[in-house]
Amino acid sequence: MAEQPTLVTITVDGKPAQVPAGTLLIEAVKAAGVHIPHFCYHPRMKPVGMCRMCLIEVEGPRGMLLTTSCTTPVADGMAVHTESDTVKKAQEGVLEFLLLNHPLDCPVCDRGGECPLQDQTMACGPGESRMVEEKRHYPKPIPISDLVLLDRERCILCARCTRFSDEISGDPLIEFKGRGNAVEVNTFPDEPFASYFSGNTVQICPVGALTATPYRFRARPWDLEAVESTCPHCSVGCRISVQSSRNQVLRFMGVDNGPTNQGWLCDKGRFGFEYLGSPQRLAAPLIRNADGVLQEAAWSDALDLVAERLGALAAGGPDVVAGLGGARGTNEEAFAFGKFLRETLGTNNLDAQLGDGLDARLLAGITARGTIDDLERARTVLVWAPDLKEELPVLYLRVRRAATELGARLIVVHPRETGLDPVAAHTIRYRPGAGTELLRRLADGSGDLAEARRALGEGPVVAIVGRPGAGDDPRLAEAVLAFAAGLPGATLLPVTRRSNVYGAADMGLDPGLLPGRVAAPAGTGGRDAAGIIEGLIAGEVAGLVLLGADPVADYLEPARAAAALEAASFTVAIGLFLDESAAMADVVLPALGFAEVEGTVTNLEGRVQKVNRLLPGPAGARPTHEILEDIARRMGGSIGAASAEALAAEMAATAPAYAGITWEALSWGEGRRGIVAPGPAGSQPLVHAPEDHAPPPVGRNLVLHLARVLYDQGTLTQAGPSLAKLARPAAAHVHPEDATRFGIPAGATVRVTGSGGSVELPTVFDPSLVAGTVYLPLHCGASIGAGLEITMEAVS
Amino acid sequence: MTQILTTRMEAHPSDSHTLGRYEDTGGYAVLRTALAGMQPDAIVAEVKASNLRGRGGANFPCGVKWGFLAPSRPRYLVINGDESEPGTFKDRQLLERDPHQLIEGIILSAYALGVHHAFIYIRGEYPRPARRVQRAVEEAYGAGYLGRDILGSGFDLEVTVHLGAGAYICGEETALLNSLEGRRGEPRIKPPFPAVEGLYAKPTIVNNVETISNIPWIVGNGGAAYDAIGPEGSRGTRMFSLSGHVNQPGNYEVVMGMTWRDFIYGYGGGIRHGNALKAWIPGGASAPWFVEEHLDTPLTIDDVAKNRSMLGSGAVVVMDETTCMVKAALRVVRFFAHESCGQCTPCREGATWLQQVLTRIEAGAGRDIDLDLLLDISDNISPGLAWPPAMTTICPLGPSAVSPITSIATYFKDEVAAHVHGGGCPLG
Repeated sequence: MAEQPTLVTITVDGKPAQVPAGTLLIEAVKAAGVHIPHFCYHPRMKPVGMCRMCLIEVEGPRGMLLTTSCTTPVADGMAVHTESDTVKKAQEGVLEFLLLNHPLDCPVCDRGGECPLQDQTMACGPGESRMVEEKRHYPKPIPISDLVLLDRERCILCARCTRFSDEISGDPLIEFKGRGNAVEVNTFPDEPFASYFSGNTVQICPVGALTATPYRFRARPWDLEAVESTCPHCSVGCRISVQSSRNQVLRFMGVDNGPTNQGWLCDKGRFGFEYLGSPQRLAAPLIRNADGVLQEAAWSDALDLVAERLGALAAGGPDVVAGLGGARGTNEEAFAFGKFLRETLGTNNLDAQLGDGLDARLLAGITARGTIDDLERARTVLVWAPDLKEELPVLYLRVRRAATELGARLIVVHPRETGLDPVAAHTIRYRPGAGTELLRRLADGSGDLAEARRALGEGPVVAIVGRPGAGDDPRLAEAVLAFAAGLPGATLLPVTRRSNVYGAADMGLDPGLLPGRVAAPAGTGGRDAAGIIEGLIAGEVAGLVLLGADPVADYLEPARAAAALEAASFTVAIGLFLDESAAMADVVLPALGFAEVEGTVTNLEGRVQKVNRLLPGPAGARPTHEILEDIARRMGGSIGAASAEALAAEMAATAPAYAGITWEALSWGEGRRGIVAPGPAGSQPLVHAPEDHAPPPVGRNLVLHLARVLYDQGTLTQAGPSLAKLARPAAAHVHPEDATRFGIPAGATVRVTGSGGSVELPTVFDPSLVAGTVYLPLHCGASIGAGLEITMEAVS
Repeated sequence: MTQILTTRMEAHPSDSHTLGRYEDTGGYAVLRTALAGMQPDAIVAEVKASNLRGRGGANFPCGVKWGFLAPSRPRYLVINGDESEPGTFKDRQLLERDPHQLIEGIILSAYALGVHHAFIYIRGEYPRPARRVQRAVEEAYGAGYLGRDILGSGFDLEVTVHLGAGAYICGEETALLNSLEGRRGEPRIKPPFPAVEGLYAKPTIVNNVETISNIPWIVGNGGAAYDAIGPEGSRGTRMFSLSGHVNQPGNYEVVMGMTWRDFIYGYGGGIRHGNALKAWIPGGASAPWFVEEHLDTPLTIDDVAKNRSMLGSGAVVVMDETTCMVKAALRVVRFFAHESCGQCTPCREGATWLQQVLTRIEAGAGRDIDLDLLLDISDNISPGLAWPPAMTTICPLGPSAVSPITSIATYFKDEVAAHVHGGGCPLG
């Protein structure tokens, strides 16, 4: 429950009103039901009082004072006038000034129809222009990044975009230049607006000065259909509005959900909708024919074949078949997948992750689990995790806010510089493999870690903990969490990226878990992802069901995954694309995806939110739960998946942690912000004890730091043209000392050899690394496996 | 005739700016006495008793401003030497000809205010004054007047000289602070006022060069002695920069209270070529103009304010009968449009629009409705066209652009109409 705000009494246009104390007049007056027009004011940014649109009169000791309501704090007894002749004249005057140089090209402006300048001109503006002089002219529009175009003629210089970039995202790449009538927003020469958050400026621009290339000229806003949903790109679970026209998604807009995204989105989330309409989407089932070629087939034939082959294999024993995936769809799909594997196929070989995340028992059942909003109250924040800016960008924004606006002391532990380093009080670097030793020193507060340790002694502490790199042992994260749990007022957020991995864990897609955050009975057995892949190679597992998973691309040892699929006697892949793994399958079944199915998802806090349907999807694709039910029926069973809603009702009734979290509850009022599922049910407590972890010794050889970047070669990223072009080619990041040691000149090509292969890459010097470490971006087309120890040599 | 600020430079024109001459003529003696025997509060009390009003333009009582300084530390003293108001050139002389007088004033003020770091912000177009001040600061460090443990008193003070980059708006104190911090020179929203949250968000006193140059005399002679000079409300002497169509333009240190007639015809030696006086700007380009009917108004802060203008920064610009009032207004408006920081809408758009309409009238393309249009644009910048001006803007720069409009609308309506109907300036 939110705390009840203290109220003060003010008079608005002669009527008394009780409004929250400590707010700005513009908000206080809004609480009293009066809207004040404004452009520069934005509730998530500091007020600047620049546009002067929100002028109102306040009674003062020396008579009426015309003042900007966005910069004036409310005080008890204040009397304000929002509709006096003076106020109306001032507001009309400001609008006339704003329109003097505005091009009024509304018919060809993306913003036309949803434009604050249009709307407020209608409400408060003059009917006609009195200016007979020529307007200000600029070339229009100019691209300021691959995604954003700038039209300076439309700009009303409200500084929302520049403030967002400076205050919120921390990459001030757009700025005001010039002065007086020649002030303009622009980028610096040779420095494009290459921010991961640039799309937010397009959304908050009160005119059409900033437009997004993926949406430009694609629709008129009144033609758009919209539904509120949850972004499918990572586990932060940002609230979005999905907007489409003629069954094509045209844009995602951020919805201000206070506990999570506060209105912001990252560009990957915002522009990552294009894959849904990709011509590469699977539209018909595929069956591998006698020549070994995948060929389009009828649904009935494909389902018959899958049922027959899986049925035959499953008869050979519970260990012979296995399932991977389920972390990218809805909870309902994950729940159906679990039932299909456990009840229909009778196997406990199942894993929603591909060995690249954290122990699922930790994701589902950690005690003292925090929420993102705990950051609002944190005194100290520990981030020992992936670079949040690259993997969980909006969580990065929230941590950054805590450090810059709310005075929290931030401690970042990572093998190299991260996006949060500029706002961190302490940045601690370590060599992958040496994390346990570092943790011991941090816990002791020894040497140069004394200050950081002292900060950790001042709560409340929020600890955001994950695997900084793919090569880091996941048990290190558990040890860090165990340490953090003992800090004062600590709340813990174990983080991993894949969008619904928390929901999948909650739905029991792990050998050790049952739906609803319940531990599987001791001795249940079953293989996890690594066990399944090695089992397939060893011939102990023969049949594989993939649900939205692409181990050949995403498993940290891709060569092992490829060998496993090669060795499998039967593989069926259910998904949206013919990805690398599906291309090796025997049967490929096209599924409906985001915005095409209804359901729920669970974010990294355990917050359950609704996703909604807006589109029919490709004609030949079907909902996952229907596909699984049809296979089950052909095998003589049923998973009871009459509909996704029926599955949801069954979850709400049977999965302890999800008790009562129904679609209905998530669709209205406060429920639209999501409901944080309570911790493990009392009857079956699940406290995951970290295991001792001794890293392998590292000699004078190099170690690998393998970590994700926001734009990579991932299927969904590459299936949309806007994001695909943002992915940069891989490079080996080498510490300058190592470059000297290995005789590598700047920009030279090196051969890097690791546990899973060898690649040649250009080098980049990266002094932020600890010497002896080489950083490679994951999923950027250069795969050498994830083993810690690697070798590197210059290529002539 | 009483002189406080210009005695030394008049007696020793060749070297009044040097430390040697300053010390020879009694300089830094007040500082020695004060640091040896005066409590900081006693200095504040003398400044309050002097009734010295700020010389930067707003004429705010200096002692009262000092009293607003918030208790937290560190706190800063910033000297506003960004003298950019057209027609104002008095601080230039004080900086260039008697920098040690200013520095002694700074040290005394800093000691009084508990400040250990002071900044002198000098407009970028003043290279010689800046060099002189920089040299004087170095001399003062060398002689132990600045730095650690000044004259064995235990009081420490650092002084930093900073050059502006050519923007008029940086004379506005909060824009100056932004500029000093390395930000765009844009005024801040007040409150918070600098005395509470100023430079680097710390309590800061911003005082004009001339204001602080008076401090050594006030501390040396006592606040009561200063308060005994000149009429009530306009105590002490004051530097006026007299320019335009007078026979003897220049800086004059005067005791206020005389009439404008005495100042313009006495100090200024009358109008050039024996021409008739048409109008004058009594206190810098921001001030509404005076005309013949004001000649017998006393030259004091309050009498000028009563007549809906201001003494401002002490810049008096005289215009004779040959001056086109539309052109003169355009010249002033163009200055403010050019110098608008561009931050807030009414100033950025309004000042340029005023300039465009005036340009049209001046070029002979005016319409009958244009004067009303000019006044209504002005009203949207400065509602009610009252004095002192109300404003829809963040700072007073926007309303400053309105002053020439109201001036010509009040006194020279016929001349505007003659432009409209005669296809240009009737004066040729």
